[in-house]
Amino acid sequence: MTLAAYIEGIGLLGPGLSNWASAQAILSGEQPYEPSKTVLPMPTLLPAAERRRSGAIVRLTLAVGLEALAMAGQDAKQLACVFSASSGDGENCHVLCDMLASGDRAISPTRFHNSTHNAAAGYWGIATGAMTSASVLSAFDASFVAGLLEAMSQVAVDNTRTLLLAYDTAYPEPLHGVRPINDAIGIALVLAPQPSQHSLAQIRVGLTLEQAQTLNNPALEQLRSGIPAARGLPLLRAFALRKKENLVLDYLDSTRLAVTITPC
Amino acid sequence: MLKALHLSSFTATNAMGCGLDETLFALRQQRSGLAPCAFDTVDLKTYIGQVAGVDDVALPAGLSAFDCRNNRLAQLALDQDGFTESVRNAIERYGASRVGVFIGTSTAGILQTELAYRRRDKVSGALPADFNYRGTHSTFSVADFTSRYLGLIGPAVVVSSACSSSAKVFSSARRMMAAGLIDAAVVGGVDSLCLTTLYGFNSLGLLSEQACRPFDAQRNGISIGEAAAFALLERGPEHLDPDAVLLLGVGESSDAYHISSPHPQGLGARMAMQDALNMAGLLPTEIDYINLHGTATQSNDAAEGQAVAALFGSLTPCSSTKGSTGHTLGAAGAVEAIICALALQNNLLPAGLNTEHPDPKLSLNYLMNNQEQTMAHVLSNSFGFGGTNCCLIFGKAT
Repeated sequence: MTLAAYIEGIGLLGPGLSNWASAQAILSGEQPYEPSKTVLPMPTLLPAAERRRSGAIVRLTLAVGLEALAMAGQDAKQLACVFSASSGDGENCHVLCDMLASGDRAISPTRFHNSTHNAAAGYWGIATGAMTSASVLSAFDASFVAGLLEAMSQVAVDNTRTLLLAYDTAYPEPLHGVRPINDAIGIALVLAPQPSQHSLAQIRVGLTLEQAQTLNNPALEQLRSGIPAARGLPLLRAFALRKKENLVLDYLDSTRLAVTITPC
Repeated sequence: MLKALHLSSFTATNAMGCGLDETLFALRQQRSGLAPCAFDTVDLKTYIGQVAGVDDVALPAGLSAFDCRNNRLAQLALDQDGFTESVRNAIERYGASRVGVFIGTSTAGILQTELAYRRRDKVSGALPADFNYRGTHSTFSVADFTSRYLGLIGPAVVVSSACSSSAKVFSSARRMMAAGLIDAAVVGGVDSLCLTTLYGFNSLGLLSEQACRPFDAQRNGISIGEAAAFALLERGPEHLDPDAVLLLGVGESSDAYHISSPHPQGLGARMAMQDALNMAGLLPTEIDYINLHGTATQSNDAAEGQAVAALFGSLTPCSSTKGSTGHTLGAAGAVEAIICALALQNNLLPAGLNTEHPDPKLSLNYLMNNQEQTMAHVLSNSFGFGGTNCCLIFGKAT
């Protein structure tokens, strides 16, 4: 059983990958990959009060989501969304757990509502005005493919354009000791049910028992295996090669995802 | 229109009791599961809906990495009403890779991390060596555990959109079944008591000092509860028992308004209810009972009340069962879906408990006492922080 959709836009922001336009040549191997800490832009689309309250995840999702939408020429208000991340804001979680273990449990209300896994989806709606549905998912290291499957199902079954946002941000100590995520990366895809003037490639996916492929560049492979959302990088690499590619993405222990990318 | 999905097996464990019989008995008796909070070291004056016996649950030896209150609660619920046997039968029919797992939770096993933070190494600050992040705190841990406990190897995911989480699992499962990736789905919600939510809602001034009173003119906040509820979704066979419960419609929307307050007139909520009616092919007059989100905060109930009145008028019987269970957050959607299934099968429209004077500003037919009546269609609302809205419609096979 396979599902198909058409990719109309891509957003990417991660260590040494400052946007999709400049990252294509790095992923395809034409340019060297030089890792450097992810720089998250200020979310200028948010009202001042929300901008002050927003954390790294909000800045990351707005950056990659808006990049993908601009490339696709689409209005956020019209698109259903799928948000997928291994976990929420680690910095925020650390501060809450630290206070709750202390003598003073008077935690900040802003920190509390920012602790929800769907905070990024909430801020996305406030920033863009989108009243469409948002599915907010988590599947630990399998979060990228879990999000892709949800988005592809939505496109195929509900016959609607969908924006996928897969993202993770760094975990601070002591949580980093038990969940060593070092930096932030976000990948966004605009997926459509039918081909259009905006179509860049067709994507077909199906579950498989084959092993996932790794990236040849050791630094990029370290990134792929180090941050759950970066498990989607082989898909972006296949796309950057601009020819028909078959690949297998990491998913759960028991199953992986076979993907075929065919440029339009 | 949605090709109706059959809830071929379902169960709920909450402050009213373990499993369907105890839950139905408490609903019939109009007995609330709420009690003054004596959880862990919590020093807040509030009521909670705690599930009895969670601490006594022992996980299978092979799954000890998942041991925490949240997964113990999940297992306690999975063991009721022959649910695990039903899933085993589904595995025989479809194969272990063709049954998906979709679980809603807001905090998963974060209590385990809160406790681990009390035992940090005094020098290095490290968390204790026996703390297992992946199996307990990780948002996905409850779906991972459920999947492994049931012997499933297909797609598994957690939906975590605050208090709409385990309503939205029905939507994700519906799509993946319709897409043909799976033949059946275990959907559910599990959320357990923890300090983050108790002190968090307290910080927002949203915890009531009394047992919560949804839709009361004097309502002043929520009572937090814990619960686990599950359903097995399958495409219905040609001939179903007349009492069989079907998922008929799902509606989802976002408020795009505020991170922790609903749209004042409940615009997003109304859109979700309308979309669910559209998918079910039903008119508002064909809904016999509404299980309200009804958290008992001033702003939530006012917004939902206006949205319901705008769409249904003031005649459709409705209630919030959070006076019975407490607000079970990420589990609320699934618990209330199961209460709707019990309502349909037992011709029981459950009263909203603790409410004394329904808010006269909200012109609804709010049920102050149980009613007995056959019903064809019921609707359940779930809304959450971040302006996330989900509405489910269930009906009987006849």
